Order: sequence, then structure tokens, then C-alpha cells
Amino acid sequence: MATLTDVIDRPSSQSGLWSWITTVDHKRIGVLYGVTAFIFLLLGGLEAGVIRLQLAVPDNTLVDPDTFNQMFTMHGTTMIFLVIMPLSASFFNFVIPLAIGARDVAFPRLNAFSYWVFLFGGLLLNASFLTNQAPDAGWFSYANLTEKPFSANQGLDYWALGLQVLGVSSLAAAFNFVVTIVNMRAPGMSLMRMPLFVWMTLVTSILLVLAFPVITVGLIELTFDRNFGTNFFVPEGGGDPILWQHLFWVFGHPEVYILILPAMGIVSEVLPTFSRKPLFGYPVVVFSGVVIGIMGWAVWSHHMFTVGLGPVAVSVFMITTMLIAVPTGVKIFNWIGTLWGGQIDLKTAMLFALGFVALFIVGGLSGVSHAVAPSDNQQQDTYYIVAHIHYVLFGGALFGIFAGVYYWFPKLTGKLLHEGLGKLHFWLYFIGMNVTFFPMHYLGLN
Amino acid sequence: MAHQTEVSHHAPEEEHPTSTGINNRKLLMWVFLSSDCLFFGSLIATYMVYRGQSLVGPYPVDIIDVPITTISTFVLLCSSFAMVRALAATNEDRQGGIIFWLLMTAFLGTIFIGFQVYEFNLFREEGLRIDTNLFGTTFFTLTGFHGAHVTLGIVWLLGLAWIARKGRLGPKTALDVELAGLYWHFVDIVWIVIFTLIYLIGGFDTGPAGDPSLVPHSITGFLGLI
Ligand SMILES: [Cu+2]
Repeated sequence: MATLTDVIDRPSSQSGLWSWITTVDHKRIGVLYGVTAFIFLLLGGLEAGVIRLQLAVPDNTLVDPDTFNQMFTMHGTTMIFLVIMPLSASFFNFVIPLAIGARDVAFPRLNAFSYWVFLFGGLLLNASFLTNQAPDAGWFSYANLTEKPFSANQGLDYWALGLQVLGVSSLAAAFNFVVTIVNMRAPGMSLMRMPLFVWMTLVTSILLVLAFPVITVGLIELTFDRNFGTNFFVPEGGGDPILWQHLFWVFGHPEVYILILPAMGIVSEVLPTFSRKPLFGYPVVVFSGVVIGIMGWAVWSHHMFTVGLGPVAVSVFMITTMLIAVPTGVKIFNWIGTLWGGQIDLKTAMLFALGFVALFIVGGLSGVSHAVAPSDNQQQDTYYIVAHIHYVLFGGALFGIFAGVYYWFPKLTGKLLHEGLGKLHFWLYFIGMNVTFFPMHYLGLN
Repeated sequence: MAHQTEVSHHAPEEEHPTSTGINNRKLLMWVFLSSDCLFFGSLIATYMVYRGQSLVGPYPVDIIDVPITTISTFVLLCSSFAMVRALAATNEDRQGGIIFWLLMTAFLGTIFIGFQVYEFNLFREEGLRIDTNLFGTTFFTLTGFHGAHVTLGIVWLLGLAWIARKGRLGPKTALDVELAGLYWHFVDIVWIVIFTLIYLIGGFDTGPAGDPSLVPHSITGFLGLI
């Protein structure tokens, strides 16, 4: 232990490729995360494009059914694990030490380890395309479609292993940021003085620490089922496919907040800046974020209303899910309160932050509508859900992240991004997003 | 991981007091252990959900041997005592004691693993494999991952003993031993839970057609009840 540092010197290269490969600097690692995730964003967007092209006309033969399944599975998996999570991690890395007055994160080497393991996991997942065996059971990979008899090729093994590797990366990063935020604050930076983004990073990291091991176990069980003949999710052997759904959503619902809370933190920084006012009700925004982080553990079965858990369990999860909308709504009123009476400056970052609030309200309202179990029974597995998830994750998380990109880019590079192109970007995104996904509400309910 | 006081220029964060006063590495260990809690929690939940659901034998009542495992559990508990002695010796800078108690902890852990290997082999001979039934599946998965944790701990302890051999462990580097101790005690506590649930409470389980008093135990059943 103690001797390791004697053996491995801190990297000394200041420039060139080697300096990036060996870097343990939080700003550089933030850039690595951001650039890598942006490339994966293009890849995930390409996959979405194939999905929409295939569906553009009836009986299209652009791709065969197998490829289509691979496209929508990899689109979802990529956007969640290889785009939004690492883009958030990029901001954690770049912003957190600066925001709390620390020299770096608590464990710079562990931080570099997180990035490289993330890159390896992303490449491993996508290497499956090389053998034409990409995962094809959806980003949720419900049992027992994922068992060997129904998914005979290696796709689900790539999926399970790839997510395990990404889990190691996410956990290492989350450990690091919990310690950094709890322990590395400059003198005077008390918890209730921390910027909102730091608070949301802390809540997100704690959620990751506690949620990821649950899916780790699910993935282990899936791997054992597929490779060692066990029957965790196989009814013929006495197993219960529903167990997978529980394990997946006990992770999966906190994961929703892992995806959205960083964006909420960014927006809580951007809105006050471009309104020339402090954030309205700072303690309330902090508290509602913490409450979301706690209540997020008690709602997972709202993804399973149609499974048949019985009326009592369904009612309980219906009520908890509606309750969790309250702290979320509180945040929205705080953001509006911040704007109220402010000197609003519609820079690109501000447009994206406002876009976040507007689109997240739409996604939040459709979310409340499937918190109601009877109406969810009509909505499950329809385009209505597709609309909801894209309003909260594209309209929500990604708009928040782009607000952060435009907001912090000058801090990183010393240059402002071009306002005209930025506004063009915003309006293309905003209009394109609504034209694509708003009609899906109707498609799903008809 | 990095650092120690003698190479503190490599670890600037350790020169300054932290916001909470808790050492960074110690906090890291606590955060990791909280994560590991959920890991074992999920494995144990899987075991409990599938209790008494095996379609074919052998069932726990056929092969679980509580007395033998009570011995190995006692050995593991003793190893925690040895671990406490190792940390005390480190704090008091008794070099011989440090090495002795570290090796003793690792030795007792190895005996525990020996019992586990013996038990796994015995179960295999009696017809229980990981793919035999849900009991075999959940039993080998849960206890196997616990055994892997213990094995990792043994390697860690041996590594510390190797460092101690050069006289590098002492009051200034007691944290190195303390962290290993936190991990070791945690793995120990997890075993107490596993021993209680699988051996003492579930050791007499039969198949689904067996004693009906065993039935209301699964999480799914619990969700159905509330
Ligand atoms: Cu959910």
C-alpha cells in the first residue's frame, strides 16, 4: 500500500497525447469525459436515425428485424450509460473542485481510473456490433427474453458485461465525488453555502453508490443464467422473471434521478445568472433535491403496474409516486420564482435552461399521468411512454447539460461559444424535439 | 492506493485537515462499504425470495450442516478479534505483534475458506450444484461472493504483513491497518447475517410442498401482502 506512491510517480508530461493519457487532473479528465460522451451522443443519435428511417414508411426493408432490435436497444443503453451519465460526470469533474475550493478531487488516480474504465466499457458494449451480435432485448432487458433460448447469440453477454464494467467506473467516480464534496470543501464552504450544482452532484453520487450494486447483482444473476445453467429468472426451474424487474427498477428508478438531478443542478446555476437575481428559496431547492433522492427509493414498482403485484402494492406505489412529484414541482416554482422580476438575458445557456424547465414540465405532467395505475395500464409499452421518457431525458437532462456546456465553455477555454450558432442550435433542438415527440402522446393513447 | 506520511509530498490532500475531520481514505472505505451493503442485500434478498421454492432436491434440510458451519463461523469471529489485536499492536508500535496478529487474522480467514471449500465439495458430492435447483443457485452465488470477499481480505492482510516485515507499519501508518480492519469486520458481519438466515433460520427448509409455515417469506409475497 504505502509503497505504491514510491513506485508510480505523478505523470509529468505537460502536453501532447501522452499528457492526456496519463493525466490525473480533474479538468482534463472532465474534458475526456465530455469529448468521449459527445462521440457516443453522435453514435446514439445515428441509431435513433436508423430507427426513425425504418419506421418512416410501412413495410420498410431498410434494416431487418434483428438489426432494428439491436438499434433501439443500443440507442437506449448508449444514451443513458454512455451519454447522459458521462456528460454529467464531465461537469462533476470540471466544476466540483473549482466550486468547493479544492485543488482536485479527493483521489485523482481513482478519477482517471473511472474515465478509462468508462471508455473500455463503452467500447466493449459497441464491440458487439463487429460480430453483428449487439444486445437486442431493450435497454431494460426484461427476463426471460434475455435467457439463452430466446437470445441465443452473445448480445446479452456483451450487454451484461459492458454494464458491469460501466458500473465499476460509475461507482469509483461516485465514491470519489462523495468524499470530495463531504471532505474537501475550502474553509467557510459550509454545506448550506454550497452551490446548487454541488448539492445535486452529492445527491446523485450517493444515489449511484447505493443503486448500482443492485443492478450489479441483477447482471450477475443474468450472466449466471445464461452461462452456468442457473434458473434465477427461468420459470421452468422455479425462478421468477419478475425478480429481474424488481432488481432492475430498484436500480432503474434512482437512475432516473441520477440522470436528471445534475441537469437540475446546472439549471439552478444558469437561471439566477441570467436573471441577475439569486436563486429563489435556495434551502428549499436543496431540501427538495435531497427529498427526491430519498423518496426515489420507494417508487420503483410504478414501472410494474401491469405485472400483477396486487391492488395494495399498486396503490402504495401509486401514492409514493404521486408524492415524489411534489418536491419536483417545488423546484419548478423556485425556478419560476427566480425568473420573476429578474433582468432576463436570453443568452444561449439561458435559452437551454428555460427550454429545460418548459420541456420538463411537459414530461413531468405525463409522468404524473402514468403514476395513476389505471391510466398507466393504457399507457404501458406505448408511444406515450416514449414521449414521456424523451421529454424528461432529452428535453430535460440533455437540455440542462447543453445549458451547462454553453455556460461553462468560457471557463474551460477562455472563449465564448458563438451566440448566433448557439441560438440556431437551441431552436433546431427545441422545435425538432417537440415535432418528433409531442405527437407521440397522441400516437400512444389512440 | 496512494500515500503515507513519509511520502506526504505525493499526497497533498493529507496535509490539510478535511472538512469533517475524517480522513479521506477512511471516508472512501465507509462509502464503499455502504455500497457493498446493497450488493449483499440484493443477493440475500434473492435468496430469501427463493426460499423453499426449489422444485427438486436436495433441499437445505437434506444437506445443511449447522454444527460444522457454527465452527467455521466461530473461527471467522475469532479472526475479527485477531484483527482488533493487529490494529492495537500497530497503534502501540509493537512490530512483532503487528505481523503476528495480521498473519493470525489471515490464517483464521483461510481456515474459514477451507471450511467453505470442504462444504462446497460435500454439497457437490451430495448432488447439489449451482444449476441443480434454486437453493443451489442462490446458495452458491451468495456464499461464493462472500467467500470471494474473504479471500480478497486475506490477500490484503498478507500484503500488509509483507509491508510490516520491513517495519513500515506503526502508529503513523495505522490507517493502513484500520482500513483493512473495517473491511474485514464488515465481511464478518455480513457472514453473521448469512449464517443466521441461511443456516439457523433457513437450514431446515424443504421444497415448495413442505411445511407451509415456511411460506410467507418472499419479497414478492411481502409486496403482495402490504
Ligand atoms: Cu421510475
